[in-house]
Amino acid sequence: MTTEQKDVDTSLAAKIDTAGGATPPGIATGYEGTAADQFRAYVSRVRSGEMGMLPALGGFVVLCILFQILSPDFLSLPNIANLMTQTAFLGMLAVALVFVILIAEIDLSAGVTAGVGMAVFVQLNNGMGVNWILAFAISLAVGIVIGLFIGYFVAKVGIPSFVVTLGLFLGFQGLQLVILGDGNTYRVTEPAVTAIENSNIPPVVGWILWAIAVLVTLGTAFYDRGRRVRAGVPVRGIGLLFARVAVIAVVSGAVVFLLNLNRGNNPLFPIAGVPIVVPIVVALLWIGTQILDRTRWGIHLYAVGGNPEAARRAGINVAAIRISAFVLCSGLAIVSGLFQASQVGVVGSSFGQTDVLNGVAAAVVGGVSLFGGRGRLVQGLVGALVITAIANGLGLLALPGGINLLVTGGVLVLAATVDALSRKRAGASLARV
Amino acid sequence: MVAPYIELRDVRKGFGPVEVLKGVNLKVYPGQVSALVGDNGAGKSTLIKGLAGVQPYDSGEVLVGGEPVHLTSPKDASKLGIEVVYQDLALCENLDIVQNMFLGREEVHQGTLSNGEMEKQASSTLGSLSVRTMKSVRQKVSSLSGGQRQTVAIARAVLQQAKVVILDEPTAALGVAQTEQVLLLVRRLAEQGVGVLIISHNLADVFAVADHINVLYLGTMVAEVETKDSNRDDVVGYITGAKTFTPNLEGAAR
Ligand SMILES: Nc1ncnc2c1ncn2[C@@H]1O[C@H](COP(=O)(O)OP(=O)(O)O)[C@@H](O)[C@H]1O
Ligand SMILES: [Mg+2]
Repeated sequence: MTTEQKDVDTSLAAKIDTAGGATPPGIATGYEGTAADQFRAYVSRVRSGEMGMLPALGGFVVLCILFQILSPDFLSLPNIANLMTQTAFLGMLAVALVFVILIAEIDLSAGVTAGVGMAVFVQLNNGMGVNWILAFAISLAVGIVIGLFIGYFVAKVGIPSFVVTLGLFLGFQGLQLVILGDGNTYRVTEPAVTAIENSNIPPVVGWILWAIAVLVTLGTAFYDRGRRVRAGVPVRGIGLLFARVAVIAVVSGAVVFLLNLNRGNNPLFPIAGVPIVVPIVVALLWIGTQILDRTRWGIHLYAVGGNPEAARRAGINVAAIRISAFVLCSGLAIVSGLFQASQVGVVGSSFGQTDVLNGVAAAVVGGVSLFGGRGRLVQGLVGALVITAIANGLGLLALPGGINLLVTGGVLVLAATVDALSRKRAGASLARV
Repeated sequence: MVAPYIELRDVRKGFGPVEVLKGVNLKVYPGQVSALVGDNGAGKSTLIKGLAGVQPYDSGEVLVGGEPVHLTSPKDASKLGIEVVYQDLALCENLDIVQNMFLGREEVHQGTLSNGEMEKQASSTLGSLSVRTMKSVRQKVSSLSGGQRQTVAIARAVLQQAKVVILDEPTAALGVAQTEQVLLLVRRLAEQGVGVLIISHNLADVFAVADHINVLYLGTMVAEVETKDSNRDDVVGYITGAKTFTPNLEGAAR
């Protein structure tokens, strides 16, 4: 017996000695190697299940080709502009929902929260003549209070978010009626609000904003690279940095260029320029992404979504993270409400009631995991683009409305299947959550 | 003989009428591996929960670095350099190795994460433990094997500048090769001067890695032996209560 133990002991000691003798091998960081190595690493990540928004982007391209074949109007300039303004409100709602979906929660009341916010807005703006900015600030505050309320009941009282927000979904429809008065529908009369979805920025301003966006992208890329260099860790080749920025510049430049062309029928009244809502969405998305990617709060949000117990043991205030996610969701839902009010031009008692499930669908189609912890804000927007493209394209084909819902539903199930399969591939079984 | 970093004297813990720890003594030495063994329900987890500060003892003395201390919260334990790696590891699979190692203690500069600095520290910590099985420190934990995850959890404790690392059944869920990997890591921890307290059911592991073996039997520490002076049969006897440990007799037998 004793000799056998000694054997185990010495063999272990021998291994330690050899291991200690060698210089500690550095572990790669994922930043090393040529562009080709980087690309291969990316492909292998995708193949192992980290597909992100690739399926949605692919689906969008397929849809574009399909609809363009069936209806030449689909990729016409006016329709491209339409597609963007139509996507804005659903995209914003989906982005709002991504914050709570990332922590494996849901907000079924996000749509009616937008409804309540806009009811407050029109009452203040139309009814009482309050300046629209102040009126909107107050509706935003209402959204934040709603988010705090949901967050409190989910994080502190411990009621599932599905139940809390289902209750609010029902209750807020009543609240909308109370605020608006029975049967009242208000027209959006504030020109600034109408302009968000229905007016364009002058072409020159479009190019200036484009240049700013490209410079900011380039600047942050250099800033990040500089920080890595100062920290003494490997960086990617500078060519890769420029290539990435160039791709972003060319694609966004192409969009600006196309939207700056005249898309009106009457040569005397040209319609040209990027719709005002587009830079607003891009700016909000950029800010949100920076916060998620670069702050402790962002990483803690992902941690709470991935494993709340691990987050708790790491000293993270899980309840505070949860509450803040609901606050952001409700606040951004109000912003999406403003876009929708601008687009449809009226706020009635049913405003926002059928939107939330489309918002959730958009996030899922974009590749955000309903199981939490995986997904990015932009995926909500891309998912919304797919869903809006389906509605828009089928609308051009003058197919009955039912087809739209059928196709959207099918795409959603497909996206959820991709999510489930990629989770399996990534080796993350449901049981381990 | 080295002075113990942690010394428990006559600690007791009860849940209602049930006394789970009945006056336990334990020493953990810097740079050495102490094993804590015992049958299910012996009180091992209760003992380390007290050290971790998550479930304070009812009575008894806890000396850390020779000074009496009160461990009433995980923060207390953490401040004294006591880190616990629980059996369920508590890692976020959706985050990468660096993010998991720094979770809750991220370094920031001007409000934004210092990813480069953290990456470097994570790399050098893993390097100092001669961990070489991982492709990249930016790999997601979901893509790691059980042994690699255990390694990340241990490296997290090391990064925290732990003086003592407590491991709860670190090899229970692992295969042969991965077990060996983790045991090597445990030895290396000790070589760096860290005191290790390892709980294990597997006596082969214990004999391979530990310097001292402490046997808990129904809430009482029934034996404290040097690994080199003992054998598996004796330890099994202490664990099951079939054998009584008598230090003098043991010495006389040699
Ligand atoms: N929170 C608790 N409440 C009541 N009894 C407990 C509690 N925690 C542990 N025990 C009891 O204490 C005894 C020792 O448990 P534990 O420390 O988990 O043993 P081990 O880890 O050695 O298997 C068991 O009988 C268990 O049922
Ligand atoms: Mg136990």
